[in-house]
Amino acid sequence: MADLTKKSLTEIVSLIKKKEIKSEEVTNLFIKNIENDKKLNSFITNSNEHAVKKAKNFDKNPKFDTLLPGIPIAVKDLFCTKGVKTTAGSKMLDNFIPNYESTITKNLWNEGAFLLGKLNCDEYAMGSSNETSFFGNVMNPVAENTVPGGSSGGSASALAADLTPTTIGTDTGGSIRQPASFTGTVGLKPTYGLCSRWGIVAFASSLDQAGPMTKTVEDCALMLEAMAGFDEKDSTSINKKKENYSKNLTSNIKGLKIGIPKEYRVDGMPKEIDKLWENGKKILKESGAEIIDISLPNTKYALPTYYIVAPAEASSNLARYDGVKYGFRSNKGTNLIEMYENTRSEGFGDEVKRRILIGTYVLSSGYYDAYYIKAQKVRQLIKSDFDESFKKVDAILTPSTPSAAFKIGEKKNDPISMYLNDIFTVPVNLAGIPAISIPAGTDNNNYPLGLQLIGKTLDEQKLLNIAFATEKKINFKQNLNRWWEK
Amino acid sequence: MVGKVMNKEKGKYLIEGEKGKWEVVIGLEVHAQVSSNSKLFSGSSTKFGADPNTQVSLVDSAFPGMLPVINEFCVQQAIKTGLGLNAKINSYSVFDRKNYFYADLPQGYQISQYKNPIVGEGKITLDLPSGTKTIGIERLHLEQDAGKSIHDLDPSNTYVDLNRSGVALMEIVSKPDLSSPDEVNAYIKKLRSIMRYLGTCDGNMQEGSLRADVNVSVRKEGNKELGTRCEIKNVNSIKFMQMAIIYEAQRQVELLESGKSIDQETRLFDTKKNETRSMRSKEDAHDYRYFPDPDLLPLNLNKELIENIKKNLPELPDQKKERFINNYSLTAYEANVLVSEKEISDYFEEVVKTSDIKLAKNWIMGDLFASLNEKNISISQSRVTAKKMSQLIDSISSGVISGRTAKEVFEIMKESGEEPDKIIESKGLQQKSDPKELEKIIEKILTDNKDKVEQYKSGKDKLFGFFVGQVMKISGGKANPQLVNQILKDKLKK
Repeated sequence: MADLTKKSLTEIVSLIKKKEIKSEEVTNLFIKNIENDKKLNSFITNSNEHAVKKAKNFDKNPKFDTLLPGIPIAVKDLFCTKGVKTTAGSKMLDNFIPNYESTITKNLWNEGAFLLGKLNCDEYAMGSSNETSFFGNVMNPVAENTVPGGSSGGSASALAADLTPTTIGTDTGGSIRQPASFTGTVGLKPTYGLCSRWGIVAFASSLDQAGPMTKTVEDCALMLEAMAGFDEKDSTSINKKKENYSKNLTSNIKGLKIGIPKEYRVDGMPKEIDKLWENGKKILKESGAEIIDISLPNTKYALPTYYIVAPAEASSNLARYDGVKYGFRSNKGTNLIEMYENTRSEGFGDEVKRRILIGTYVLSSGYYDAYYIKAQKVRQLIKSDFDESFKKVDAILTPSTPSAAFKIGEKKNDPISMYLNDIFTVPVNLAGIPAISIPAGTDNNNYPLGLQLIGKTLDEQKLLNIAFATEKKINFKQNLNRWWEK
Repeated sequence: MVGKVMNKEKGKYLIEGEKGKWEVVIGLEVHAQVSSNSKLFSGSSTKFGADPNTQVSLVDSAFPGMLPVINEFCVQQAIKTGLGLNAKINSYSVFDRKNYFYADLPQGYQISQYKNPIVGEGKITLDLPSGTKTIGIERLHLEQDAGKSIHDLDPSNTYVDLNRSGVALMEIVSKPDLSSPDEVNAYIKKLRSIMRYLGTCDGNMQEGSLRADVNVSVRKEGNKELGTRCEIKNVNSIKFMQMAIIYEAQRQVELLESGKSIDQETRLFDTKKNETRSMRSKEDAHDYRYFPDPDLLPLNLNKELIENIKKNLPELPDQKKERFINNYSLTAYEANVLVSEKEISDYFEEVVKTSDIKLAKNWIMGDLFASLNEKNISISQSRVTAKKMSQLIDSISSGVISGRTAKEVFEIMKESGEEPDKIIESKGLQQKSDPKELEKIIEKILTDNKDKVEQYKSGKDKLFGFFVGQVMKISGGKANPQLVNQILKDKLKK
């Protein structure tokens, strides 16, 4: 079964359940692929031994009535994993080994999965190209020297390169959907509060949400089912009954109404993206859905709003990394203040510092009302735009990103152009609603492009169904020359 | 030199400067630790005196990815306290982050309530020698305590104990309605008493359960405008609060009278030198960058919860005082003293359940209080329990012992905790209350002192005391005084 690692998660689960393959074989095949990760740099920590041990245990005493029986999974290095180094892509946590397990990873392990490794990401999830990681750039399997997107860049890269059968990321402004789009994979940002934030290194608490990154929509439904659930340890967690997303998945979307927001047609957007969008509309129509033009008038304010709210929360969330309790501490300085200054100067990278500065500024006395309060008001307007639209439509179709993957270094010194990458993904986080990116085509370079489907609060099932139907008709085929293995 | 004068008639505290009289305006921000087994946002224990860093959860030490979850009991305690302060309970309140860096503040921010506190305006009534005075409460909010930095264990290192980190505090802010150190004393004692009645704060100042930031300003007598204030941070006893106020008000008067102005600043009270000194000026004041904590949803309290707490509120000092005055015919002063501590009022009520009220109040407020002061203990620590006090009082009422003998018995009780009946029994202290026996003694005395009887009968009334004295001498002090008086009067008339 040489091509097993190319198979979907659902297929691998099925093979294990049918006892056609053992967990240990699956695990070893992925570990073999991970040996070729050097050029991709998608892993920060390998958990090979742990994974093989867990796989053997599973095979000795298999339980098949779980969602992820005997499945090895590498996860973004933002999820705290008990006994395994958790860095958040930062020098600040280079030596940090939590003695606790995040709720989301615990949920996965409870469904029969086990840890395969920790995946590279932008430092504290701040970035759109995985170029801000202390552990180096991650390359996109699609093409050498191309970024995988960010911040869940390591996750997207490892998944696309068949180094893990599925993975999880976090999405604060597009950090799951944009890298999914750049790597020809599926990524879902669930409704805020559907997946617990407990044990995930925080970036911006009111926006952060964990979600699955997978090869297929079916896999995505399966993973979400395993991840989602109420957690009393997270006060913003939604208390609702678990849903069987994978069992209820259907491609019958007849009669559903799909909105097309005119504001997502931005100046200078490549023609291929426009074509992709048109194709998406066509496919949905063919599947029996109705296409309706809608307006989300406050879309243009989403990015500036996001770049006030997210840094404000980050500036406070990252105050705990002060060298006192855990993590990196500079040995320079002779008093507390100097220890803080040196620790934080040496421990944080430029992008993190930039956002802490922006966040501190917008919360400062005298600026708070003009920036933070205003941004909160605009955030409400953006949410109202969606609420209004969802009175008319079941879901909204947009491109996932305004471009395909770009070259490493291309935008590194131009933060604004980097931030513009998130222009289609950010409004969803501000509104707290779910959205999924699915691969839908390629650009001139043959780099993947994604389409985004946006749903209303807790309407993940419908969103997955529409994505499932679209995926079938688009029939996107990942075509990698596997340059990193050479 | 400036000195202070106390205008007794008006009960007004004034500072007499060289250029006139000055009033002091004081507002208090009291930090009261919520009585609760666990912290405000974590399950860690709040027990006092544990080994350093043994009561610290991942949340309290701000590990990555940790999230706060509100302790509902602490919220109920805050509501209870608000109701006890006759205050408005806000059905909507918000937790904010107050951002600053310090080694004993693991999160880099304190979770507090800024714009929308859980409790709004209320009031406290003080009983002062000059009458009652109402002090306005501005607000009460919930917040986390920080840990403790220990600087004196090592010459070059600071140690941090996070046991207190995350413990729930109520910050109770008064209006600037207090105008003397004595009023501050009365205010803190009343506030403490209310919270102890409610069981929402143990008020233990030695353990740091009650601390206050004291805002002080001065103004010329009769002036309505407020002067520039200084805030004296974190004072942990009433005595120190009073000392700090006296020092600070004098300092401000001296500055103003010499033509200088007051800088609005934060000051510290040095208890050893008995002076306040500048900690940081307004310019150096922290910009705390308050914003709503995105990890916590706003608190939405439903009316039922508030009503339910209201219904189950215990009797508070003011209500109890009224009841004591009405039911037990106490004076306002007596009632005040007896309700000041819940334990005292409970003690009193237990005693009067079976025993004489007048004797009970006199004995409790007299000998018992004196013994508590002498031993520096609380009423619940006294070896003379309410039950034993009752027994003692009953033996006075029934004439078994005299009041004077009772004092002797009490002296033994307070040391040994022995039952009064047993002491009386073993020492043979019972009074002689048999009229026939007493008559015999009296007749003998009258016969032996015929000259004095004559003198008495011819008008020397003072000799009555001599006869009583003789009876007591012969009876070994055990003769029932009332009976002696009565028999003597009868016999001397004849």
